[in-house]
Amino acid sequence: MHQERGANRAMPDAATQLDIYRRMIRIERNDDATIRTIKQGRLQMPYYSARGQEVIPSAVSVNLNPDDTICTIYRGIHDMVAKGVPLRPLWAEIAGRVTGTCKGKGGPMHITHPESGVMVTTGIVGSSMPIANGLAWAAKLDGSRRVTVAYFGDGASNIGAFHESLNLASLWKLPVIFVCQNNRYAEHSRFDKCTAVDRVAKRAGSYDMPGETVDGNDPFEMYAAAREAIERARDGGGPTLIEAITFRFLGHVFGDDDKYMDKAEKAAAMARDPIPAFRARLLESGVATEQGLADMHKDITAEVEDAMQFALGSEFPSVDELRRDVFATEIAL
Amino acid sequence: MPALSPTMTEGKLARWLKAIGEQVRAGDVIAEIETDKATMEVEAVDEGRLEQILVPEGTEGVAVNTPIAVLANGDAKNVATKSAPAAAKAEARPAAPAHTAAPANEVVAPEQDNAPGKPITVREALRDAMAAELERDGTVFLMGEEVAQYQGAYKISQGLLDRFGPKRIIDMPITEHGFAGMAVGAAMNGLRPIVEFMTFNFAMQAIDQIINSAAKTRYMSGGQMGCPIVFRGPNGAASRVAAQHSQDYASWYAHVPGLKVIAPYSAADAKGLLRAAIRDPNPVIFLENEILYGHTFPCPDDADFILPIGRAKIERAGRHVTIVSYSIGVGTALAAADVLAGQGVEAEVINLRTLRPLDIGTVVESVKRTSRLVTVEEGWPYAGIGAEVAMQVIEQAFDWLDAPPVRVAGADVPLPYAANLEKLALPQAVWVVEAVRKMV
Repeated sequence: MHQERGANRAMPDAATQLDIYRRMIRIERNDDATIRTIKQGRLQMPYYSARGQEVIPSAVSVNLNPDDTICTIYRGIHDMVAKGVPLRPLWAEIAGRVTGTCKGKGGPMHITHPESGVMVTTGIVGSSMPIANGLAWAAKLDGSRRVTVAYFGDGASNIGAFHESLNLASLWKLPVIFVCQNNRYAEHSRFDKCTAVDRVAKRAGSYDMPGETVDGNDPFEMYAAAREAIERARDGGGPTLIEAITFRFLGHVFGDDDKYMDKAEKAAAMARDPIPAFRARLLESGVATEQGLADMHKDITAEVEDAMQFALGSEFPSVDELRRDVFATEIAL
Repeated sequence: MPALSPTMTEGKLARWLKAIGEQVRAGDVIAEIETDKATMEVEAVDEGRLEQILVPEGTEGVAVNTPIAVLANGDAKNVATKSAPAAAKAEARPAAPAHTAAPANEVVAPEQDNAPGKPITVREALRDAMAAELERDGTVFLMGEEVAQYQGAYKISQGLLDRFGPKRIIDMPITEHGFAGMAVGAAMNGLRPIVEFMTFNFAMQAIDQIINSAAKTRYMSGGQMGCPIVFRGPNGAASRVAAQHSQDYASWYAHVPGLKVIAPYSAADAKGLLRAAIRDPNPVIFLENEILYGHTFPCPDDADFILPIGRAKIERAGRHVTIVSYSIGVGTALAAADVLAGQGVEAEVINLRTLRPLDIGTVVESVKRTSRLVTVEEGWPYAGIGAEVAMQVIEQAFDWLDAPPVRVAGADVPLPYAANLEKLALPQAVWVVEAVRKMV
């Protein structure tokens, strides 16, 4: 059930294009500052950079409402930034400070920020999809038009939970959008060494749901696919599987070597860096000006710097936090 | 009365299909019987003339192995194959009872469930608890394999679909990881799911959602979100279903911070604690026992009856030894206490009811009176519940102990199928008696 791509697909207007780009720059500036801070020795964390994947959650999130929910994974800070998690508590959480989204107790792999709709970040490959179904199911039961986006990688499409989740979501027409960010590697294993199909989207056919493969680095294509899937889910039309082809520029985890990667493949992917490409397109079409984008870049850089300073200047959680939040308070019988 | 399943203890003789005086051949269907699971036909094993019907049709609660008819050529006999032993019953008691009364000031009274009631099965108690909470709170719903249309694989949800409808009683495909994760998401969105696992053996398919999602969400989110879910279903050995379907997961779940773990014994335990579990804001593992489902116990019928999580119950008072158990092991412990009483040994039997949080205070106070501890569990001994109880008693009451604590547990092997070996692998009252006799 691959979607037909035609000229009449949804197009982002000028303001939406700028919104997508702004989210991408927030992700990129955030990534740049994170790496710099790690290199400076001021931040110690396992960092799963999503540099190169900025378009996907940005083009998805401009179609989401604040009360729509997402479930993401350990390589998910771009998804959180795109959905609107404020940078100060986000930074404080990755720095393990009490001012973080989760008081420093979750860390970068377990960020939760319900106010902005980020419900689950999981470090277990594949486990967020069943939860996304549950969130979507509850939204459907209470009659709201909220939708849930489940982000995951190509590796997760080989996990049983992916298949259980697609089956259930299709069976019950849940308002959920499965967005596979196919960055060509599952940890350090190449996609085609692990996956029996050449396109993850083909797997939608097994569950009788719409599925399509899009260029996840193309903001227009990504926007159209996301918009159509989200509207379908909101209108009761059930789930969609979107496979967004992309590439992670910095490998699995920050600090590992890239000897396992094909050098030509990596060079070709990095030549398709989505940020300068979209920038050129915005300028060429007159949607943005050099000055406007320079101002945006400057403002966002300052915002990220402020968040980083806020985080590093914050206190660690007090020792009594060690034993807090394991259980909710006892109930009155 | 034939046993139509290894766990059947009684049934209803629904209909006689042969009349007195009729000739019966081996293999003839002679009657229909109903159990809580199904209606089944009973076939004759022997030939003969049906001379006498001992159990008229419509009789309920006919115990397995009760003679139901007499064939002309012989004595009263069963008309179907004999059943396997249905439950771990007390062993034969030694002769020569020598009961000695305990001085009143040295024992505490066994606890009552302090409300009038009537005898009901554990199965009914569980259903009544869910019905009461479904009635009370519109966010509670039941999900699981075959819980709705089929009324539950073990008929725990009997009648609930009719009463609460398909939006509250929801059938799931066989997809444990998938639906356990859905429960997590639904709970994060303000609902209160009761997840029925057909048995806890299948919950292993969902263990990632139970441990990594449900149990840890509150902590990882810094207290922003919880997962108020009850994961319930039969746990432990049933009968003759062998290794993959017979395992006590109590210590697995009790190991995990963020989970509460309950293992009821009686109908009152089941009803009162399941209601509390459903109201609890934390994920709760509710470990039922298939063999106990059909057992009848007095149970308060007060509409508000509920029991607190985290409190043990002294089932029987005694002054010579403390026997601590949970779930079906409590029955084993009580049977052993009966035998011991006949030998002049007064055992105090504590039903833990909740395994986490553990009411170690009640155990320690008891050991301070008796100076001896025996734990009984169906699970494997290694790193088991008994190990935890004994260690905590050692930490808190070492100076009161007159003997090393002893664990009575399931054999440290996957459960064998053969009836004789299965029996040897599961705790028996006689093992408890022997353990106590060695220390008093």
